[in-house]
Formats: sequence, structure tokens, C-alpha cells
Amino acid sequence: MNTPLHVGFIPLVDAAALIVAVDKGFAEAEGLDVTLVREVSWSNARDKLNIGLFDAAHLLAPVAIASSLGLGHVRVPIVAPFNLGLNGNAITVSPALHAAIMEELEGDRFDPMATALALARVVAARRKAGAEPLTFGMTFPFSTHNYQLRFWMAAGGVDPDHDVHLVVLPPPYMVDSLASGQIDACCVGAPWNSIAVGRGVGHILHFVSDIVAWTAEKVLAFRQTWSDKNPETVAALIRALQRAAEFIGNPQGRAEAARILAEPGRIGVKPDVILRALEGRLQVSPAGETRGSDRFLLLGGEGASRPEPVQAAWLYGQMVRWGQAPMTPGALDTALAVFRPDLYDAAVGRPGGDAPTSQVVGAFTGPPFDPTDIAGHLAAFEIGHWKPLEQSR
Amino acid sequence: MLWIFPREQEWVMGAETSPKIVIVDQSPIRAAILEEGLREAGYGGVVHISEMQSLLSRIYALDPDIILIDLENPSRDVLEQMFQVSRAVRRPIAMFVDQSDAASIQASVDAGVSAYIVDGLKKERIKPILDLCVSRFNAFAKLQDELDRAKSALEERKVIERAKGILMKLKGLTEDESYVLLRSTAMREKKKISEIAQSILTASELLK
Repeated sequence: MNTPLHVGFIPLVDAAALIVAVDKGFAEAEGLDVTLVREVSWSNARDKLNIGLFDAAHLLAPVAIASSLGLGHVRVPIVAPFNLGLNGNAITVSPALHAAIMEELEGDRFDPMATALALARVVAARRKAGAEPLTFGMTFPFSTHNYQLRFWMAAGGVDPDHDVHLVVLPPPYMVDSLASGQIDACCVGAPWNSIAVGRGVGHILHFVSDIVAWTAEKVLAFRQTWSDKNPETVAALIRALQRAAEFIGNPQGRAEAARILAEPGRIGVKPDVILRALEGRLQVSPAGETRGSDRFLLLGGEGASRPEPVQAAWLYGQMVRWGQAPMTPGALDTALAVFRPDLYDAAVGRPGGDAPTSQVVGAFTGPPFDPTDIAGHLAAFEIGHWKPLEQSR
Repeated sequence: MLWIFPREQEWVMGAETSPKIVIVDQSPIRAAILEEGLREAGYGGVVHISEMQSLLSRIYALDPDIILIDLENPSRDVLEQMFQVSRAVRRPIAMFVDQSDAASIQASVDAGVSAYIVDGLKKERIKPILDLCVSRFNAFAKLQDELDRAKSALEERKVIERAKGILMKLKGLTEDESYVLLRSTAMREKKKISEIAQSILTASELLK
């Protein structure tokens, strides 16, 4: 008899490997009887995983880390043995803010430093004119979206906690909020940026891969206690996901995957919108301009499926930088331990070892990320709200 | 799911003070059912928010002791912002009221409701509110289910009536004969009468 599993997901393109693994029968071939449960909020996905209603969940990588650290919530150790996607978000701005940034832009509009400096000038001009601060939407306090937005604007001299408003909005509300002027910009995953552009209420200013080349975006998360007790099941699901990621990586498979994902009970938007996100070829302006990038959303390609602890360390570093997490060696170790390349390697039969499969981090500014010296790394950034490690210890 | 966050001033636990409760629910009927239940139980200060725009600023303005939100509401993630270090009114800490109380957490998740509660409220005071909430949410779900079933029964009956009409017209049968034909076909094909009726409607639509 197949092992029954309940797995939660949020309708986003980076749930692709999970949905395809189930709907193409790859999970069944591994002896798993997976029931996918579509969720409406990250809080629900996290809580249902934590209390055992879900055996696994499609989760924001920073939520998995925050849960293990007990940040803003009860501490439940989580393990992430599979990266469901790297990157995939974009920064979309309202037509008005886009025009204002382009007006102030000096240099290449795809250069995040140039746009961040332009944003800083827009923010300064608004302050001088007595206008309301700009409002940026993002999807969760512990989210890559939050950190990517902050990283970008801070590089130009905009303090995300003082110079603008950063608000959490559920992705399905993002486009309406841009249209109504409730927010001026947002950082959100696929397909929502494309939907905003399609409706003429937003311009995609940056793919987040412009800001940080490789960021762990969503992971397949298990409770550590459950994973420890069910290693065979975890390995079987990893193999099914790996097969799905490879299927999506091939062009014929990708088109079929887009149709599977488009189903109403899955993501429920048009297949061509999903296909464009999977291909990294997006319409970026309401006028019809398109832009492509191989790194827009990495599913499986470039070794993206293997969870690299250095990416967990970078995310932890962002939590520290913005005052969400304490700077302690213990906390860093906990964050690193969430990402489990060993489980991944064992499941897919990859020779172990510490050599990462893909390049990691690669931010557009600042020194190369060093996971062994997060304090030193953060010290290189002017804006931040963190306390250095207690010197007395 | 229960959460606690401390207030700048401790909440006064006098017998006459009733906690200020905010219900965040996009279903006006369910919110009304819950609100009524809370009022009957003697909780006076209940406010219902159905508009999700500016949710946080409304909550900060109301400054509630308890927030009840349905789990199908994507705006739960918006509330998570309350637990962040920010310029917000207060810095909350989130936690289960009692991590050992798995049964009541399970009951609330099953019913589809979660609660966010300020620190200072004793567990004895929270429990009846949450129990009431769970039972009202379950009552609403039952009501909804019955309503849905009644609706679909009505729809099925309409489809059968129309299929009978088509059979009477095309095959010159009486109403009773048409029904017998539908029923015997359904039995033979191991389908519901309404399914057979629906396929007759679809076929007649196609052959028009």
C-alpha cells in the first residue's frame, strides 16, 4: 500500500515541482499517495505543518529558518532537504513610480544600483514636497521578498524602516493594491508580476536575480522529528521532486507542466503566463516590452534543487541585519542545519561532500558573502538595524 | 492557534471588564453568528472587520485584546506583521497559550478559525471564548453544508424535469414513462438519475 502524505502548497509557480510530481504520477511511482492541499496563507502552511496536519509543505525558505529559530512563533525545528526554487520574484512598480524612477535614473535601468539611487532621489524629493512615504508590498515578514526589497533599496541609501512603508500583503491582493494606489510597488513571486503588467498597473523593474544571483526561495519543509522518523518517505518524495524538476527543465515537459499547473485546483491562471515564468521570459511593461533571464526562476537547473546551507546563512544574515534575529553563533548553526544537502544527496544518489552544486548568493553590491563571518559581512553595509555579537562573550 | 502579545499597560482583569474582540472575517453571516454568540455570552465589545484594505491600521486603532480570524482568510499573513519589530504601537510576542493544549489547537484549526490574544488574559478567560468560537464556526459550516446540499438537490430536480420534458417531446412518452426510462438507464449504467438527465440536456444542446 502506498504511503499517504498530506502536503500543503501556496498557488505560486515555484510549487511546480511538487504539483508536477503528484499530477504526473512521479510520487506514486515512488510508492507515495500524496494529497496536495492548497493553502491561502504562509501562516496556515506553517502552522498546519507544525501541528502535524501536513506531513510536508511548500514553504518560504526564511519561514523554515524562522520556525527552527522560534522567531515570532513557537519554535518547531524544520528540515528542508529540497529546494523547490531559486529566485523567481520580481520588483514591480506602479506606472507613476516607474516614471519617477526613470526620470531620476542615471545609468542602465537594469542595474539595481542605478535604480536604487534613483529611488533614493525620488524618496528625498517626496519628503521635501511633504508627500506621503512610498509604500512597498511584500508577502511575509520572513520572506525573500522582504529581504530582496530591503537589500536593493538600502544599497541606494533608502532605509526600509524609516524612509518608506513596507507592508505585508497576500500575493492575490497585490495587483489590486497596485491598481488602487494602496501600494506603489511590490516584490512578489510568479505569476503575480505578470498579472500586474498584463493589467497595465505595473512595470517589472527588476527580476530579483538582478539583486542577488542565487537565493533559496521555497523549500520542501518537514518537521525535523517527522523527517527523522520517516527517512524512507522523505527520500522517496525528494526523488519524485527531482524527477519533476528535470521534467520541467526540458522544453516539452515544461509546456505540459504549465498546463498541469494552470488547473483551477492548482495555480489556476492561464498556462501561457505560467510558461513564461518557467522560461524566464516575461513581459515587463504594459506596452509589451519583454525581458528574458536564465536565472529568473531556477527549478532544478544549475543544481538548484540541492539545498545549500550557505543560502540559509545568507537568509539568516538578512534576519540579523533587519533586527528579526539575534546575532549568535547558536542561531547561525540552527539556521544552517535547516538546509539538508545530505538528505538530498543520499536520496538522489549524488556523491556527498561540501562542494556546492551552484554558485551561491552573488549580491550586486557589498563584499562576497562569507557565512563564517556574518558580523563582518553585515558591517560592510551602511544601513541595517542589528546589534553586533556581545563583546563580553 | 493562540498567540500572546504584551501590551504597554497590563490589561485590567476586573470582573466588569469585557475584553475587546475583533472578528476579521469576509463572511458577514458567519461573523454575525459569532458576534451574536459572543454577545449572548456577555462579551460586549465586539467589532467585525470585513474590509481587508488597511487591516492593520484599523486593528491598531481599535487596539483589541483578542483578534479572531478565519483560516481561509489570506490576510492572516498581514497579522503576522504585528509580531515584528517595527514602528508599530507595540511589539508583540507570539506563542501558543499552552503548548500542551494540542486538543484545543487542533479543534480550532479543524473549525477553521485562529485567535490572536494579548498577553495578560488568563487561560481561563480565553478558553470559553475560543470554545464558543469553534462551536459557532462548526455550526456555520454545518449550515453552509446543508444549504449547499439543498441547493444542489434543487438543481438536480430542475435538470431531471427538463430531461423528462425532452424525452416526452422527442419520444412521445408520458411524464411517468420518461421518468422510468431515466431511472432504468441510470440503474443500468450505475449512475445517478441527475447525471443521465444532464447528459440528455447536453446531447440535446449539441444536436440543436
